[in-house]
Amino acid sequence: MKMADELLRIEDLTANVGGVQILDHLHLEIGAGQTHVLMGPNGAGKSTLGNVIMGNPAYEQTGGKILFDGEDLTGLSTDKRARAGIFMSFQNPTEVAGISLESFIRNAIRQRTGKNVKRLSFARQLKEQMELLGMDESYAERDLNVGFSGGEKKKAEILQLLMLQPKFAILDETDSGLDVDAVRTVSNGIEQFHKNSSGALLIITHNAEILRSLQVDRTHILVRGKIVKDGGPELVEEIQEKGFERYLEEQA
Amino acid sequence: MTDQGIQSYLEEMEGNIYDFRDEEKDSYRVDEGLTEEIVCRISEEKHDPDWMREFRLKSLEIFRKIPVPAWGPSIDGLDIDNIVTYVRPGTDMKASWEDVPEEIRTTFDKLGIPKAEHEYLAGVGAQYDSELVYHNVKDFVAKQGVVYTDMESALTGEYADMVHEHFMKLVPPTDHKFAALHGAVWSGGSFVYVPKGVKVDIPLQSYFRLNAKGAGQFEHTLIIVDEGADLHFIEGCSAPKWNVANLHAGCVELFVRKGARLRYSTIENWSKNMYNLNTKRALVEEGARMEWVSGSFGSHVSYLYPTTILRGAHSDCEYTGITFAGKGQNLDTGCRMVHLGESSSSLVTTKSLSKDGGINTFRSAVEVRNSAKNARSSVDCSSLMLDSISRSDTIPEMDIRTKDCDIGHEAKIGRISDETVFYLMSRGIPEEEARAMIVAGFADPVSKELPLEYAAEMNNLIRLEMEGSIG
Repeated sequence: MKMADELLRIEDLTANVGGVQILDHLHLEIGAGQTHVLMGPNGAGKSTLGNVIMGNPAYEQTGGKILFDGEDLTGLSTDKRARAGIFMSFQNPTEVAGISLESFIRNAIRQRTGKNVKRLSFARQLKEQMELLGMDESYAERDLNVGFSGGEKKKAEILQLLMLQPKFAILDETDSGLDVDAVRTVSNGIEQFHKNSSGALLIITHNAEILRSLQVDRTHILVRGKIVKDGGPELVEEIQEKGFERYLEEQA
Repeated sequence: MTDQGIQSYLEEMEGNIYDFRDEEKDSYRVDEGLTEEIVCRISEEKHDPDWMREFRLKSLEIFRKIPVPAWGPSIDGLDIDNIVTYVRPGTDMKASWEDVPEEIRTTFDKLGIPKAEHEYLAGVGAQYDSELVYHNVKDFVAKQGVVYTDMESALTGEYADMVHEHFMKLVPPTDHKFAALHGAVWSGGSFVYVPKGVKVDIPLQSYFRLNAKGAGQFEHTLIIVDEGADLHFIEGCSAPKWNVANLHAGCVELFVRKGARLRYSTIENWSKNMYNLNTKRALVEEGARMEWVSGSFGSHVSYLYPTTILRGAHSDCEYTGITFAGKGQNLDTGCRMVHLGESSSSLVTTKSLSKDGGINTFRSAVEVRNSAKNARSSVDCSSLMLDSISRSDTIPEMDIRTKDCDIGHEAKIGRISDETVFYLMSRGIPEEEARAMIVAGFADPVSKELPLEYAAEMNNLIRLEMEGSIG
């Protein structure tokens, strides 16, 4: 593991959803520019972790701390966390009528930087990134996610990642429901993000395919709201072959 | 509209800028209430032809016989005995803004009308209380043979027969109580005639301003778009807020001849003490097209259901509307489509927003008669409630008398989803702005149809309305 400045530090985090405890004294550290993979059986709390880091009000942080860039995120609203440089790619992003994908991204960049976006360079950059993701240009003008296929929604999420260039991105099962070619395209997009802005990543996945073009620094196994195992990239292979059974038994 | 105009419109929603009152310097007003004597006085004041005086008296009789509607929002706060039906401003009609008395001119300046006229309108009529104070049509439009005058001149001018033939034929005084009232005391409004094949490239606009306290405005708009012709007409309305009820019972009659097209856009922003009981109706002939674009933001109580009679084969109507009901507002709006012609089609898209306890009711009526084989109709209404104390109802009605038709209705009522707000916020957009974006996005299909200046106005308005709505 290469040495990196600490970017995200989660200490003793507990969180509830609808009064039920999902995260159970969880610890996690991610260095600047690092790529981490989070794996775990269904219902382990992977998405909950993403939502709690992002500050989703539907999830209640009941204990512990999340430090980002040395600052405690507790009590900070979602938009402020985003402006601090955190991003989350949604499993199933909602459709928003009347706002085009392009104007949405432009608005988000403006919020993030506090400056007006230069029209020409923005348009050029958007076009480039859409080409990289194999998205038809017409999607820029379409209402955000409205009538997009599952694959196009995922690509639109990665497009936002590429345009917003956060310091840290949580990718919540961005590969789920995609065919092999689409997974590759999305994986290339993630690689591009990593190269361009050397942002850190927390990739929640069941599938090694999305990691193919990425260099994974650390892998974590989440079971029943706790990280039960940390390892290197080899851990992904192990899970792919043997599943989570071993870790489930250890917990039980 | 000018920046200043936009500003003024917006802040009215906050309950102030449109809310400037001029000192009432009217030269003449009738007594409150409604009697034969008052109707005769109005008729005399206006130098009506004989038939019109008789028409008024007949309408008054009908008014007395018809009961107030037993459905819809309460209009108990409206007492016709307290309404002044006719207020003549202290000027006659001018064709130059410079000749309009200063206080009245300043009012329209504040509303951005002269500037809008200069920039993008082909002609303007401006009504102040009961009479038009300004009317002008640009030369190039007049040269095309387009007639755009005040109703009074039309009654006695070159087109007097045409007016006589069409006046209150689509909306007869027997239609309902306030149509009868209109027939008795109507004053002001516009007459437009677009000759065969003439296409008016830029819009005409009428603006109605009711300044007098406790008064009623009863303007009559009659538009005839002859065969193959094309017109866009914009109507705007506003008033300052008084602590007594004001009444608007205008009447709009639109004739769209064979192969013609008429777009009728309205931005209604009456003050919150106004009873807006307005009647609008269009008759659409073969292959002709009627387009309604309607934005209703003001008034205390509204009853407003523009009706389109699709008489000709392959006639077509598109209705796009938005209603925004805030505190103390009960807005009952919608539209009615009557299909008579074969292969006639109608498309209705409406949006309603309610906030701070505002009540929205959407009523649609689609009637397809036996003669309307292969008719198509699609109604889509969605409502967004911005808090838990506001209310939204949808009352669709369908009366279909032929099997050979294709009818669709879709209604959605909802609130802003927390998930969507979270999604937008996760990209760095503050909550208030995220909510405003969702609302503006909701209204987008309607704002797209509005003239550009009004669309910008509406979006800003929504933004302002949403400010401070968090927590």
